[in-house]
Amino acid sequence: MIINGVSIDETFAEAFPMKATRAIITAQNEKWAMISAQAMTGFATSVIACGCEAGIERVLDPSETPDGRPGVSVLIFAMGGKGLAKQLETRAGQCVLTSPTSALFAGIDEGLQIPLGKNLRYFGDGFQIAKKIDGKRYWRVPVMDGEFLTEATTGRVDAVGGGNFLVLAESQPQALAACEAAVVEMKKLPNVIMPFPGGVVRSGSKVGSKYPALGASTNDAFCPTLKGVTKTDLSPEIESVMEIVIDGLTKEDIDKAMRVGIQAVCDLGAEKGIKRISAGNYGGKLGPFHFHLQEIMA
Amino acid sequence: MSALTFTARQETAQRVDMSPLVCQLLKDMSVTDIAAIELQNGKRKVRVDELFEISGSDTQDILIKNSYAKLDFIAKDLDGGSMMVQGEVGAYFGMGMKSGELTAEGNVGLYAACEMKNGLLTINGNAGDFLGAALPGNKQGMKGGTVIVKGNVGQRAGDHMRRGIMLIEGCAGDYCGSRMVAGTIAVMGSTGRFLGYAMQRGTLLLWQQPQLSATFNDCGSHTLAFLPILFKSFAKFDSKFAAESAAFNRVQRYGGDMAEKGRAEVLVKL
Repeated sequence: MIINGVSIDETFAEAFPMKATRAIITAQNEKWAMISAQAMTGFATSVIACGCEAGIERVLDPSETPDGRPGVSVLIFAMGGKGLAKQLETRAGQCVLTSPTSALFAGIDEGLQIPLGKNLRYFGDGFQIAKKIDGKRYWRVPVMDGEFLTEATTGRVDAVGGGNFLVLAESQPQALAACEAAVVEMKKLPNVIMPFPGGVVRSGSKVGSKYPALGASTNDAFCPTLKGVTKTDLSPEIESVMEIVIDGLTKEDIDKAMRVGIQAVCDLGAEKGIKRISAGNYGGKLGPFHFHLQEIMA
Repeated sequence: MSALTFTARQETAQRVDMSPLVCQLLKDMSVTDIAAIELQNGKRKVRVDELFEISGSDTQDILIKNSYAKLDFIAKDLDGGSMMVQGEVGAYFGMGMKSGELTAEGNVGLYAACEMKNGLLTINGNAGDFLGAALPGNKQGMKGGTVIVKGNVGQRAGDHMRRGIMLIEGCAGDYCGSRMVAGTIAVMGSTGRFLGYAMQRGTLLLWQQPQLSATFNDCGSHTLAFLPILFKSFAKFDSKFAAESAAFNRVQRYGGDMAEKGRAEVLVKL
């Protein structure tokens, strides 16, 4: 399959089941809601070492938020329910509770309820106040700038993590420009995040390493500087490869995001140095969700 | 199916216990069976059809017409369905109500909504003393649900209240929110003496500056983020509280009762 001169590999991205939740952060203005959301989703690129994968889903208009203030919705993914709950609570406590004027609300009502502000309330040292409004429990925690308002729980749902595609280009600037264009389009979609810095990862990994202590190591088959010394997957003209990783609430959400992203890359086309689109997988043995590139782009 | 309607034939000399005439107890009963139910009237037992003309058949939608102030325990423990009362209502209206909708067109007596657990109870007239309170000797009053009173309420509204929301469009008598454990009482009109007496936790939300006892301390003026959410939840009600113009988020906060736990608050609109 070739789209605008870009070859789409007959391969698939392999993704895994994850647990996810959404939180809504509001503040006095969008600037401070965003600062809080960026803090909460910081150091959350990969479950390998961060404990979770998190990102900003979108900016919310005041008419969309529970308290009528500007807000930001964030999605947090983890490999298990316990890990998700721990990460959510830690990040909410250290990044949102601490952030001036912030309030924190559930972004998903259905599913198993996990603590959002339920335990953060103890920061109030007995001065905290519960309010049950329309069946939802809120906590008002007195803090130095006034009150931190938080919903007690948020919903945890089954989700999918690790959807991906690789952009193979003739140069590093061209690969990055294509990925940037893809991320801009993908960020317009709900229910997905691209957790790596700016949505792009340049250090894709393979399973295993020559060092026994490491479970993953550089994906040498896609490293352009190793073309002559390893079993490469790159043709001579490829000088740079970048990857976009997608976590989504459902398989369909990732399908859609991959299609939009790959299309944005292909719109730049071979003229802009984009040669191939490929994807990362482990031979189909590890992840139950397979995203076949050619099927997605058909 | 039209509403099951009980029209009072005439006012009785003695009080009537209306607790058997509630939606969940009448479910699947024929009108003939319902007519044969005996109600306690003073020290006598009287058949329903002696006291009321009965029409309609929908037991989940009950209307009581020509009601008078001696009909007690109307909608006691109501659990689902809808009940409406036209006329005056006696004591213990909606006592222990669990779910459903209950409306009184006129004034209601003592202990309305006492120990209510959930549902929506609307009083279009005035309410007597001990609205949403605990029965004497009990430690917890209203535990959930919403009470709307379009008129005034008597003394001790919300006494021992544990949870839920009480919206009073008129004025409240003395000891409003006394011994309150938690929950929210909003009063648009004036409030009487000894507001929040021995209140432990909970919120009294007031439109007018109250006469506060010395055991409530001024905590300053504040913009509180939960108030817009609270007011938004009122939008669905047929009440002055539903109006957008009723909403505010800037309040003077008083903490108390310092003679008790001191974790309660009186919020006064600024």
